[in-house]
Amino acid sequence: MSNQPILFKNARLIDPTSDREERGSVLVRDGVIQAIGPQVPVAEDTQVIDCGGQVLAPGLIDMRAFIGEPGGPYRETLKSAGEAAAAGGVTTVVSMPDTSPALDDPAVIDFIVRRARDTSMVNIRPAAALTKGLQGAEMAEIGRLKEAGAIAFTDGARPVTNAQVMRRALTYARDFDALIIHHVEDPDLVGQGVMNEGEFASRLGLPGIPREAETVMLERDIRLVRLTGGRYHAAMISCADSAEIVRAAKGKGLPVTCGVSINHLALNENDIGDYRTFLKLSPPLRHEDDRQAVIEALADGTIDVIVSDHNPQDVENKRLPFAEAADGAVGLETLLSAALRLVHSDRISLPRLLRALSTKPAEILGLPGGRLAVGAPADLIVFDPDAPYVLDKRHLKSLSKNTPFDEARLEGQVTITMVAGRVVFQRETM
Amino acid sequence: MTDAPRSVFPHRHLLGIEGLSPLDIQALLDLADEQVEVSRQVEKRKTTLRGRTQINLFFEASTRTQSSFEIAGKRLGADVMNMQVGSSSVKKGETLIDTAVTLNAMRPDIIVVRHHAAGAVHLLAQKVDCSVVNAGDGAHEHPTQALLDALTIRRNKGRIEGLTVAICGDILHSRVARSNMILLAAMGARVRLVAPSTLIPPGIARLGFETFTSMKEGLKDADIVMMLRLQRERMNGSFVPSVKEYFRFYGLDQEKLSFAKPDALVMHPGPMNRGVEISSDVADGAQSLIREQVEMGVAVRMAVLEALASHLPNR
Repeated sequence: MSNQPILFKNARLIDPTSDREERGSVLVRDGVIQAIGPQVPVAEDTQVIDCGGQVLAPGLIDMRAFIGEPGGPYRETLKSAGEAAAAGGVTTVVSMPDTSPALDDPAVIDFIVRRARDTSMVNIRPAAALTKGLQGAEMAEIGRLKEAGAIAFTDGARPVTNAQVMRRALTYARDFDALIIHHVEDPDLVGQGVMNEGEFASRLGLPGIPREAETVMLERDIRLVRLTGGRYHAAMISCADSAEIVRAAKGKGLPVTCGVSINHLALNENDIGDYRTFLKLSPPLRHEDDRQAVIEALADGTIDVIVSDHNPQDVENKRLPFAEAADGAVGLETLLSAALRLVHSDRISLPRLLRALSTKPAEILGLPGGRLAVGAPADLIVFDPDAPYVLDKRHLKSLSKNTPFDEARLEGQVTITMVAGRVVFQRETM
Repeated sequence: MTDAPRSVFPHRHLLGIEGLSPLDIQALLDLADEQVEVSRQVEKRKTTLRGRTQINLFFEASTRTQSSFEIAGKRLGADVMNMQVGSSSVKKGETLIDTAVTLNAMRPDIIVVRHHAAGAVHLLAQKVDCSVVNAGDGAHEHPTQALLDALTIRRNKGRIEGLTVAICGDILHSRVARSNMILLAAMGARVRLVAPSTLIPPGIARLGFETFTSMKEGLKDADIVMMLRLQRERMNGSFVPSVKEYFRFYGLDQEKLSFAKPDALVMHPGPMNRGVEISSDVADGAQSLIREQVEMGVAVRMAVLEALASHLPNR
């Protein structure tokens, strides 16, 4: 954190909390936003950055990223994830507990918090395991883990199949006002499935995953939320029926929120094409009708947040027959560019999109960011929403290159990323 | 002192605190006060139950409650027999009712029963001609424990009415908590329940008990802090994540005790898990009544047996 004030001038300011857009400047000092407005008086020693009319907005908050540290540093480290995030405009990353060892011990959470502080250029907030060893049997030490710095509780990529365990965890977590994030996929209904069940899977000769694997688990969870009053967030929904279920739950006033991965907004099952394993995901990419429905649900606020679901996998795990390849795609660096497709196709306004990428995650997680306001942390991004480019995966900062957007035409690129008042990324072309 | 039963205790059995009037409770506590004196004499033997047979039928192992009932019966002159269920025909598959009928045929005067199933003692009481005392049935009631707790409180605070009593810990599975809640509320105390939500019986707030999930809030201005035992099988991730976490947030240590009134007193029905629900320095500290509770246990059980004496069969 530098003491020298920084002024961003000539910017298109977007505060997603209010849908307001204006031309103006933002003054940053001591890690927080000091002033905002058309004209901001500045001191002599102020460093001035001319944004050239580009958008200035709160940094993105990504509620779901898998990082290989500890246990898989060849896939991703806290450092490399931080670099990838900064290049993508993500200033806060919630890391999943699916590490080795799993993040189920206060000492390991403490390690991650310190290690991230020392090595990562963005904020990394670990989500702790909901159950010991991610085994879904015994609830983890929610109170002590929260004290150690866990921001939420989840078994990451694994669902908690035992309803009694989920009920007790929701009940217990409520006492600590702890958020439970759940991957809603019933493993029995997933079975051997590797992609969306339907015509396309049948044509490829691949076993399918029915939408009911998601909806059955989601329905169960929502009934348990009603029983317990625990704060619950469905990590990712992928189909029209799920959106309907969440909409109904919210209508009843239940403490339920949900996310969608950028992949399910930007891609559908047909993109798997010729068995492209970088598009093997959990939940699987669905039918185009489902993609349209989740976009609709995002636009109407049923879906609260967009996540990268950043899941680095090395070549050995992906250069395999489709059914044998690991799930997951990297996404931190392409999150904003891919999401902007929805703005360019007039499906959602830019402030609304940014709300799902910053304001809402901040609200759900209880973080102070996600808003352009005096006193808010100076986690900011400057980006040109229209800058066209073709993604070359070799240029990704992530240690793993399993992006589903390789060679895709994208529009919109981050030019500056600031975390806690410090510029951590600046694109050279600017 | 006359040894003849004077009490007009209107019940043949003591199956629970539920069903006792405040007057009944008061009478038992008054009678128990006298038994304390008896127990502190060199000559502790009375004759109220001379010639009577008392069977202690414990389907669940218990050292302290069973020996307390045994001493109480013997001090009143009864012939006390402890039935070891482990080596009895119950192990051979006999039903509870058959056991009751068999014992009844031996013409006992009092049966003291502990059973792991809620309602089992009531069932047994319907099948015998003698008086039955509930020494704990499942997570339902443990009336003599609540009476001994009340006696301990009354002797130390001079009253029960108007006191704030915080019952803390595994309320969900605790018969001690249930009996105490009923008794203390009947006697005009303010009862609070303090526990993680996983250990609070669903719907209990609707019965008029204030519930707290934070010890700091729950213990504020409490006169009595009553801790409950947490069974091992419940502290490994099922109801509570771990011993460490439980002790950190719900174990009574000096810091948490400081949230209560400065003259607050600490109770525990035993046996204690030191370092789980209570720290050793609190358990053994100046505010602890835990050892006194054991002494009051004998007195209360003598009082109960004596109160039932007027209803015994074979007169």
